[in-house]
Amino acid sequence: MNDNRYEGPPDYRAVGAHGVFPETTHDQVERYNFLAHLNRHLAASVLPGVARAYEARVAPAFAAEHGREPRDRREVRKALASEPIHQAWSALRRNTMEMRQQAGLSVVLPQLAALMEKAERLTPPDSLQLDEGVRMPDYLTAVDHHCMPGSYHAERVAGDLSAAANYDSGMFVTTGGLLGRFTDGGGRGMVDYLGRHHPGFRPRRILDLGCGLGHNVLPIAEAFPEAQVTAVDVAAPMLRYGAARAASLGIGNVTFVQADCADLDAFGDTSFDWIQSTMFLHETSAKALPRIMAECRRLIAPGGLVIHIEQPQYDAEMPPFEQAMRDWDAFNNNEPFWTKLHEIDLDRVMLDAGFEPEELLHGGVAAVVDTSLFPDAAADEVEDYGRKPAWHITGARAAV
Amino acid sequence: MNKPASGPASLDSIALSGAKAKGKRPWFLADPDVERVLSITMAVAGELAVLRQRLDTIESLLEERGSISRADIEAFAPSPAQQEARGRWNQEYLARILRILQQEQEALERPDEPTSEEAGERIGEK
Repeated sequence: MNDNRYEGPPDYRAVGAHGVFPETTHDQVERYNFLAHLNRHLAASVLPGVARAYEARVAPAFAAEHGREPRDRREVRKALASEPIHQAWSALRRNTMEMRQQAGLSVVLPQLAALMEKAERLTPPDSLQLDEGVRMPDYLTAVDHHCMPGSYHAERVAGDLSAAANYDSGMFVTTGGLLGRFTDGGGRGMVDYLGRHHPGFRPRRILDLGCGLGHNVLPIAEAFPEAQVTAVDVAAPMLRYGAARAASLGIGNVTFVQADCADLDAFGDTSFDWIQSTMFLHETSAKALPRIMAECRRLIAPGGLVIHIEQPQYDAEMPPFEQAMRDWDAFNNNEPFWTKLHEIDLDRVMLDAGFEPEELLHGGVAAVVDTSLFPDAAADEVEDYGRKPAWHITGARAAV
Repeated sequence: MNKPASGPASLDSIALSGAKAKGKRPWFLADPDVERVLSITMAVAGELAVLRQRLDTIESLLEERGSISRADIEAFAPSPAQQEARGRWNQEYLARILRILQQEQEALERPDEPTSEEAGERIGEK
């Protein structure tokens, strides 16, 4: 760390508020600030010790016992489990996740009635389409994703939106500002990517899969104001909040629709010019993934773009230690599909869904944020194994 | 957590805020009793940081205005320089309370260091 230049997370007060953003007291703000710093401290100052301990103690002990190096990330993970520095870092990191959830829910739940009223007032009638008949997929109900009590979909009360309000309010804690003022650095990165690599592309119908509360789809809707944007998610609390949030931020061309992304019957073939998802696939399942890709194939118009972004895949180039570290959230932060998704050949899944080899496309996207207030993800040198907002693309450009 | 009939005012927000997420919790330390104490200690550490920042807010406002109300504290908007100073305080604070982890890491780099007892034996020899 450079002593002269401050390199920590920005103050929580720099986070962008909107009409349904939960209000915070002075002390609630400072609780978030502390947790953001704790996350950053663990990544910048404690985590490097895990890598060193692996080199100095874990790998040599493994070699002494087995007469060879660990073959894969599973062996590395088992070996790391008894390393005290890894244990201490893991115990602290798990705690920051739990503390962040408690901090967020204790901000949101006491003001839930007011938030629900605000949302109702703000939401234009046609911007929200809920469907009570949608069944929550197994991948959502198996465990609560990233230790959020009730995950994305719990209805603590009828018409609930607390899951989304909690997500939005406390997101800053885990990202330390790396996703920007409105936690939309991913969507901004996507727009930036499109401008660079497909400059003439002017989609009129855009579909965002697994939109959550719409963080990443709003910059896209803003960049293509003439387009009609459909943002789909299976969890009603996220959509209720998302629709109100979008309206409050002055974005009028997004419709939030409740549906299972593996079953999008409501939309006809070739309905969209651009289909995209941002860090969504790893929260699905081996059963859902091929069906989601098949829906992308069916729904994409000739000449249209399909782009999914995720953290890089595990491959032979990535050392087993790095893979094991990237797997931490899969085992310890309720990201159950993370490990499987990152070993799947995603191109194969796309081909099996009916895309042609010459249609596939690849690339990289990094979060784009206002760097006068927020850290620049592309320039960030702290390795946090899977948390850094720099992603790989799995996608296709449909033949004309 | 299925749809209850009652409204948001009836929620027990203290209990629900601390609720356990679905999925068996992983434990990491050799002794779960130690891990439980670590969890409590970190929560207390967080509250101490909150309190210290509140004190810093009060001091800043008093310096500026001479007298303040609770509403002033809630409305406090630190300047960029104050934000940075408070951020830096958090960094130093965490480095202080988690010092032992830093030292364990540094010890890894220097496995051949003697204990003081061993050094004493050696330099005590003629």
